[in-house]
Amino acid sequence: MDIPYTVQPRPDTGVYNAKVGMWLFLASEVMLFGGLFSAYILLRVAAPEGTWPHGWLSIPLGTLNTLILALSAVTVLLAWAACKARMFDRYKFFQGITLLLGVIFLGIKGYEYHDKLTHYTVVLKDGRIADGHWVSATPSEVVLKGEFVAERSELADRRGRAKAHEEIRLARDQVQKMQVYGPAYNTYLALYFTMTGLHGLHVLGGLVVFAFLWGPGSRLWKTDPDRFTNRVEVAGLFWHFVDLVWIFLFPVLYLT
Amino acid sequence: MSLKAVHLVFVTALSALCAGLAVWKLVDFFRPTGQAGDLALGVVGLLCAAGVVVYGRYFLKKLKSVGYL
Repeated sequence: MDIPYTVQPRPDTGVYNAKVGMWLFLASEVMLFGGLFSAYILLRVAAPEGTWPHGWLSIPLGTLNTLILALSAVTVLLAWAACKARMFDRYKFFQGITLLLGVIFLGIKGYEYHDKLTHYTVVLKDGRIADGHWVSATPSEVVLKGEFVAERSELADRRGRAKAHEEIRLARDQVQKMQVYGPAYNTYLALYFTMTGLHGLHVLGGLVVFAFLWGPGSRLWKTDPDRFTNRVEVAGLFWHFVDLVWIFLFPVLYLT
Repeated sequence: MSLKAVHLVFVTALSALCAGLAVWKLVDFFRPTGQAGDLALGVVGLLCAAGVVVYGRYFLKKLKSVGYL
């Protein structure tokens, strides 16, 4: 059976079917991320004065990831343009670079997650609060690299503050509460992990499709290059959507 | 809407992000608490915004024959 309109535009829509399908899918994605951005705005506006975290994420790493995704948007366009120009080797090269950039993006994101998931706030029975990164633990003590603060509110705004690297030894029987910088820590981190996690899953999904089109899926080039070019285009549309979401996520989570 | 049109939207959003970052950091620099790092980031943001605009014009010229639909 022949599937219609995989290459030629359908007369009523003016485009081939896969493109219509991708745009419908992206419309649902806009609603998904739109809901999360709305949640972010409402929760942030409702947060009491001075409690919303600032400077908790690394701006250099976020900027680097923005540059990586921007570059990958260029390479995915070049891969499609190479298909249009019937230059399969160039397509392979640029799609390979896109794959590599996506993997680097996820690697940096993983490093950022690791940094957060090894960071703890420890409330001691004498009322003091220690905050820092996990070093080691024995049955009798916990060792962190960080600092002591008098109030939790001191931890909210970290802009322009030098990182403390003092080693802190805490006796386990003095620990009242120990909390990791995970999604349950506060509203900001819950939103951070939800939004960047969902975005990361989209990046991963895009990479799986690109890997298929770069590897086994590229066999279609030999039999139907126009249809293959259209597949590269719709995958590129999805990738651009993922990049655009990051263009909004970066200032919202890292810069404000 | 083709990949060309979406890429144009992306390039516009990216240049707006770079320009916004530049203005924000330059305003920070001209405050009493401004630091040299703010000026450096502001200038880098301006250069990136200009670079993205130049790239956008180049890509439009290159893909002149490709439609927006």
